[in-house]
Amino acid sequence: MSKTLLDKVWNAHAVCELPSGQTQLFIGLHLVHEVTSPQAFAMLRELGLKVKYPEQTFATIDHIVPTQSQQRPFADGLAEEMTQSLTDSCEEFGVTFYDLRSGQQGIVHVIGPEKGLTQPGMTIACGDSHTSTHGAFGTIAFGIGTSQIRDVLATQCLAISKPKTRKIEISGSLSEGVFAKDIILAIIHHLGVKGGIGYAYEYCGSAIEYLNMEERLTICNMSIEGGARCGYINPDETTIDYLRNREMSPKGDAFDRAAKYWKSVASDDTASFDDVFKLNGKDIEPMVTWGINPGQSVPVNQKIPSPSSAPEGEQNSYQEALDFMSFKGGESIKGTPINVAFIGSCTNGRISDLREAAKVVQGSKVANNIKALVVPGSMAVAAQAKKEGLDQIFSEAGFEWRQAGCSMCLAMNPDKLKGREICASSSNRNFKGRQGSPTGRTLLMSPSMVAAAAIAGEVVDIRSI
Amino acid sequence: MNDAKRNIISGRSIPLRGNDIDTDRIIPARYLRCVTFDGLGEHAFEDDREQDSNHPFNQDRYAGANILIVEKNFGCGSSREHAPQSLNKWGITGIVGESFAEIFFANCQAMGIPCLAVNHEDCQILLNASEANPSIKISMNIEDKSISLQELNINASLNDGSQRAFLEGTWNATAVLLKAENEICKIASSLPYLNDFSNV
Repeated sequence: MSKTLLDKVWNAHAVCELPSGQTQLFIGLHLVHEVTSPQAFAMLRELGLKVKYPEQTFATIDHIVPTQSQQRPFADGLAEEMTQSLTDSCEEFGVTFYDLRSGQQGIVHVIGPEKGLTQPGMTIACGDSHTSTHGAFGTIAFGIGTSQIRDVLATQCLAISKPKTRKIEISGSLSEGVFAKDIILAIIHHLGVKGGIGYAYEYCGSAIEYLNMEERLTICNMSIEGGARCGYINPDETTIDYLRNREMSPKGDAFDRAAKYWKSVASDDTASFDDVFKLNGKDIEPMVTWGINPGQSVPVNQKIPSPSSAPEGEQNSYQEALDFMSFKGGESIKGTPINVAFIGSCTNGRISDLREAAKVVQGSKVANNIKALVVPGSMAVAAQAKKEGLDQIFSEAGFEWRQAGCSMCLAMNPDKLKGREICASSSNRNFKGRQGSPTGRTLLMSPSMVAAAAIAGEVVDIRSI
Repeated sequence: MNDAKRNIISGRSIPLRGNDIDTDRIIPARYLRCVTFDGLGEHAFEDDREQDSNHPFNQDRYAGANILIVEKNFGCGSSREHAPQSLNKWGITGIVGESFAEIFFANCQAMGIPCLAVNHEDCQILLNASEANPSIKISMNIEDKSISLQELNINASLNDGSQRAFLEGTWNATAVLLKAENEICKIASSLPYLNDFSNV
């Protein structure tokens, strides 16, 4: 009987069937950050329980860290309290903590892969919806809430039902100026933000296989924006090459044995799926969101849709989005003036993202009155970028070069939009108020498109410059 | 008597129209700067309420309601349990809607808050009834998977596993998961990546 990767990984981690009919699923890697875990550690203390597998539990701080000065104590007393709380919990329960002093801090979904913690065939959980990111390595990775963090800390298990599987095949190859971000925005545009409910997404096809690991992380990162419980890509030679010589990867003979195992968890050629969706890579164009969820996007050269063209039942949502954005159906998204440009986040804050964006800004200047930020996803990304001189390129162009953190993706730190500002953003969510101003506006796009918008002062087509 | 058991949830309802209402809107991120869930109730939908004086959570006539009626894909986006925690602290003990984002649904279940799904037409009936008469009482019935609104009985859906967890009072999973101690160790000893890949 042929199996999908989901089948294989699920079976290997299924502890038992619970009376409820859900599976008790063993979690191989538990990642923890400062926002969603303090209450879970408190619950553990109340129950008098220990962390069951502290050696499989790793913590960092990312959401609340300031990106200008990371000197402790932080100016924000609440951020300081959360940081201290996580520091104390990690010490008390024996959890490895990549804090600011370690030199290894970063966004949790950036450091997991870069350290080699994330490996094919694992189950992964983290109290963060973008945990789906780790599926790029052929893992089954779930975002969970605080009560479930308590469950994983205490038992290394989750009570969870197995999702259905939708195969998303992107054939052909991408055109110049089209990136992984555009693939995932196009997928969500077609399938909608609720199309993935009940599913795990398997991304495959030649346009996916051709991507490097960092681009694959961008794709899987936004699975949750399409409503999917998780998303994954089958491990291949690209995956294995990436993991070779990573700090936490197996070494020597064990690596060879691991590589064999990793390849074996890929979906069988004849595996069957509950649903299949296909797109040709050559039909994907640079995408920009015009609305208040990541499915409300258009290719950069197309017009913003009017509510009358919305799918059945979505007319009100379209109107609400247009009203919030102060856009009109039929207008061009290209040429929309911006106030802020943000390059960073767990979606697009990796070294390859910064390299692509740096190519666009090199020798140019940020347009007048535009605030432009580059925020590396981790201390390691920042160090590599400096080694390559990317920080200089950005600084000379007029970008602010910041320190690692989630920054303006979600505004739990000082980096926030003001008033009605419009931000060209390489992040993952354009929800109302997401970037810190309740009335602020977000246009999601690839890092190269953000860089181009910063230079032009408005949304432009990366292919035309 | 197990206090954790959930079967009938009755009370007045509060209608909230709109698809894809995300958890950033339910509780803005600035209120996640905390180490307990205390005090989140007053900030539920704070930014939406600020921008719309007619927001149902601003209307006195819905004060004291405990059943929230929503439309499609409610609770999408961030996994923050702060969202259902803030609703619960506002007074919500059960939610009815056309569909729910999965992490939000799981967080609600882990807190003992049932989310029942109904079809579009029935959802509109419930929203309209609540808007027309906020003092009207409705009942969510977990065992029958139904909603009653006066003489009207509406079919609802809920996966069997969640239904059982609510009826038996086992929605707080930690105790249940702890029981499988031996099996957990057995799985851990079988996983290649926890055993230096020696068993590949």
